[in-house]
Amino acid sequence: MNTILGLYNYWMVIILMMAGLYILIARYNLIKKIIGLSVFQTSIFYLYITMGKVEGGTAPILTGDPATYSNPVVHVLILTAIVVGVATTAVALALIVRIHETYDTIEDDEIKAIEMLEEDS
Amino acid sequence: MNPIWTLLPPLLVIPFIIGFGERFRNLREASIIIAGIWLLYLNNQLYNQFVAGNAITSGELPLLAHFSLKLSVEPMGLVFGLLASFLWVVTTVYSIGYMRGHDEKNQTRFYVCFSLAIAGVMGAAYADNLLTLFVAYEAITIATFPLVTHAGTQKAQNAGRLYLGLLMSGSIALLLPAMIWVATAAHTLDFVPGGVLSDVGLSQSATAVLLALFVFGTGKAAIMPMHRWLPAAMVAPTPVSALLHAVAVVKTGVFVLLKVVTYTFGIDMLSTTAAAQYLLPVAAFTVVASSIVAFTKDNLKARLAYSTISQLSYIIMAALLATTMSVTGGVFHIVTHAFGKITLFFCAGAIMVASHKTEISQMKGLGKTMPITMGAFLIGALSIIGLPPAAGMWSKLFIAGGSLEANNLIWIAVLMLSTVLNIAYLMPIAINAFFEPNKPSDQSGAPLANEWQEAPFASLWAIVVTSSVCILLFLFPQPLMSLIGSIQWR
Amino acid sequence: MIATQLPALQIIIPLFAAPLIVLARRSELAWIIALVANFLCVLVAWDLFQLVNEQGIIRYSLGGWAAPTGIEYFVDTVNAPLLLLVSSISAIVVAYAYHSVKKSIDSTKHYLFYAAWMLCLSGLLGMLITGDAFNVFVFLEISSLSTYMLIAFGNDRRALTASFRYLVLGSIGASFILIGIGFLYAATGSLNMLDLAQRIPNASSERAILVAFSFISIGLMIKSAIFPLHAWLANAYHFAPISVTAFLAGTATKVSLYVLLRFLFSVFGTQYNFEYLLLNVILLPAAVFGFLIMSVVAIFQTDLRRMLAYSSVAQIGYIVAGISLATQAGITAGYAHIINHALIKTALFMSVGCIIYRLGHAHRPSLDNLIQTMPLTCVAFIVSGLGLIGVPFTGGFISKFTLISASMEKGWWVMGGLVLVSSVLAIIYIGRVVDVMLFRKQRLPNPMPQGRNEAPLSMLVPMYVLIGLSLYLGVYGSETLTVSGEAAKQLLGGFR
Repeated sequence: MNTILGLYNYWMVIILMMAGLYILIARYNLIKKIIGLSVFQTSIFYLYITMGKVEGGTAPILTGDPATYSNPVVHVLILTAIVVGVATTAVALALIVRIHETYDTIEDDEIKAIEMLEEDS
Repeated sequence: MNPIWTLLPPLLVIPFIIGFGERFRNLREASIIIAGIWLLYLNNQLYNQFVAGNAITSGELPLLAHFSLKLSVEPMGLVFGLLASFLWVVTTVYSIGYMRGHDEKNQTRFYVCFSLAIAGVMGAAYADNLLTLFVAYEAITIATFPLVTHAGTQKAQNAGRLYLGLLMSGSIALLLPAMIWVATAAHTLDFVPGGVLSDVGLSQSATAVLLALFVFGTGKAAIMPMHRWLPAAMVAPTPVSALLHAVAVVKTGVFVLLKVVTYTFGIDMLSTTAAAQYLLPVAAFTVVASSIVAFTKDNLKARLAYSTISQLSYIIMAALLATTMSVTGGVFHIVTHAFGKITLFFCAGAIMVASHKTEISQMKGLGKTMPITMGAFLIGALSIIGLPPAAGMWSKLFIAGGSLEANNLIWIAVLMLSTVLNIAYLMPIAINAFFEPNKPSDQSGAPLANEWQEAPFASLWAIVVTSSVCILLFLFPQPLMSLIGSIQWR
Repeated sequence: MIATQLPALQIIIPLFAAPLIVLARRSELAWIIALVANFLCVLVAWDLFQLVNEQGIIRYSLGGWAAPTGIEYFVDTVNAPLLLLVSSISAIVVAYAYHSVKKSIDSTKHYLFYAAWMLCLSGLLGMLITGDAFNVFVFLEISSLSTYMLIAFGNDRRALTASFRYLVLGSIGASFILIGIGFLYAATGSLNMLDLAQRIPNASSERAILVAFSFISIGLMIKSAIFPLHAWLANAYHFAPISVTAFLAGTATKVSLYVLLRFLFSVFGTQYNFEYLLLNVILLPAAVFGFLIMSVVAIFQTDLRRMLAYSSVAQIGYIVAGISLATQAGITAGYAHIINHALIKTALFMSVGCIIYRLGHAHRPSLDNLIQTMPLTCVAFIVSGLGLIGVPFTGGFISKFTLISASMEKGWWVMGGLVLVSSVLAIIYIGRVVDVMLFRKQRLPNPMPQGRNEAPLSMLVPMYVLIGLSLYLGVYGSETLTVSGEAAKQLLGGFR
């Protein structure tokens, strides 16, 4: 029981991670792919935050007495990672807009078909 | 004197060749001849210093961590260096007549690549270690490639592709690992009298494999089945075939083998193990088979090409027999075959320029219009066959003596058989030229004039020089013998 | 004063050049700023290189926060030569890019192009110089994001999809690295590489280390395009603007390989990887199949860029083969090949760039008899091509010789032989191009005017500078080998 409930967060991380990867691979729509990528990345953020949590720990504010506190470093790291993730999504969406302009579609299989034709010519 | 100076004349002349170009072609060719004489002089200087007993080495250029490029002078290299520089002068004179008589295109490119190849040959001749030899070997391949494709026809391109493909992949896939193997086993690539591999604990089968890598990897030595490039490369202009594919390039191949046998393996190591025994039959087969193929060829240059393959395998056999006598004969044969074969190629080119004949069947009665050329052809043929009064006899004798020394009479039988075949495919050409009536050839239609119709003077001069050397070397082999005799075997 | 701040300057110069370029906006000015910043980078890298040779390891605490709490920059004999290599290649290619960019990219976007370039450069240099595991991830993403942008600048619309696919794969790779670093932090409580190297052997959970190790290795293998994780590379190199391809071919994959080396040897330690995990069971087949299969694939490509892209994957195979030997000689060979291949492949792509500048494409059948119209470009291609094959006097010979002798030393004869087989394959794919350039009669109607029609001098000169550099390292190969030997010693010895 403890392996399921006690590690609840980690199970969620795994589920999210696999869901994200599945969307990334299985969907042809480029936007959906990016959603999958974001879910995948978000699961990593969960992983980090969960790692830093100490049971009964508080925010690490120096109050004088040595209280139990959660690890602050992971939060800092994840702030950076979130920024990176947002930037990635932004670049990807910008690319999708341009792809839509030139190919008139954002379905990966259709784009592939168009490219196959181009290579033949 | 530093042997690196020998690289200078052929390299230094290149800017002059390009500078003078087609517009001042007399100056261009004069500069090449001056460079050639300079090179010959330098080699002669090296010879004098060597005979005086000085150790002559250059500085080192560390190419890899423990292995560097270095030149030094030893008898075998000296023989090769003197030979190549002498023939460079002669061939240049010849090609002036030939290229102009034939109205070839891109002569400037031709001369540039030629000089580069000669620089490569000098590097190979005076290589102090295997790495330097390998580098020079590759340089020669690349420098001669444009010469093979010179004509620019489809046939020439195919030949060039085969040439580069076979020589380069052979050297990279076989020769290079052989070299690295030596480097890993002996921790040195230097050429040391007595060899470096005798006490590194290679098993007999490993030695045989290593030796096979060298023999087949040196594609320029044209042992079967690596010989395909040589007949194909005959599409090149005749001076190229003459100097490069009868002398410089192919001789670099067998030179590599002789060097490796003497200074890397050591003849003691090879003669006491059976490693070379597995390869001798291949060389013997090449000797006989290519003689037979030569017999079937009607194109004169093709016949000479197959004859070259056969003669090269004499030297490979000499190297593999690994006795002092056989290796001496091998080095000697480099020289005698060079003069004999270059004479024959010069004659083939002269015939082509003067009477536009390439097939042997058309050459009957040619001795009446081109007596000097065909006379020289006879001398060259005699030298290749190994009959007096031509120098080829000495070297063949030594190789045969070497196989006696190795207690192996079967290789003498191979030599005898090949000699008979040599007679069969070379002598009829000369005999028919003089004794058959002068028939009008079918292709040209016009009957041949009964007056002399020789090649241009420059070419004729070259032919006379090389054929007289064949005879001179027969009469006075002593200086060459004593030079080869000073090789340190152990 | 400045001397002590050099490690920070190495990153800050290109990082600040980027916004400066955006402010400048005018394309000539943007180019000049990029060029000047880049040459300053080279100077800094050269100084660092000298300093490391004289004094040994340089440790620099960013912002004055001491390691392991703060982020530390760490320069030793492993990354100092690569800092110099990456910044020099970038400088030379920026100098080269001016005309090529002017012709192929809309002039209103030039400043964005150069800004992205500078960001990419600072990301790559950051990955090299940092001694902090998480910082590696950040710099990796900086360089990757700007790379996606640079690739999307390509003329062909397929550049967009190539960029998008690279983005997806690259992000997965980077996320894997992020997961791995997370596990490392969980198991050891540290992010500083030196600190990690000491703590990993005593870590409480061996399984967490194992998971971290796997994620980081796979992530970095994607980023450095090790076969069979190379799928993104061919399209990205093919459709990116050619100057970007030249830049990336010499730097991006090499930097990722460096990070891989760093993690494998310095952080996890040789013993852990190769004796306990038998990593070479994975790396060795990847390397060998990589260089064999990709060389064969390269033979059948008709577009020069695509051919060279596959050849890049093959050459990365050599480097990985050297790494998987895990001996002093093997890593020396792999490291030397990082340097030599970077120079050679960049020069090759630059010569293809010159062809594209005049012809508009680099389709092999239309290069018939190109030597007549573009002799200098063709000579550059041939000389660099010989380097790729590994002919003596080129860098390729040095590293290949060392690689084969290293594998023989270890007794891996078959691998040595297969390296040679793949060299022969390289003769074929380079030879086919050379054959067409030199000998073919014109088959297709030639759009170009007859006679000489070389690329502009501003493209030729940087290209020949690079070729000169690679030939220099081919002739004085022992210098490369000394540097690589030092690097290998440092890697195998762990952090010191």
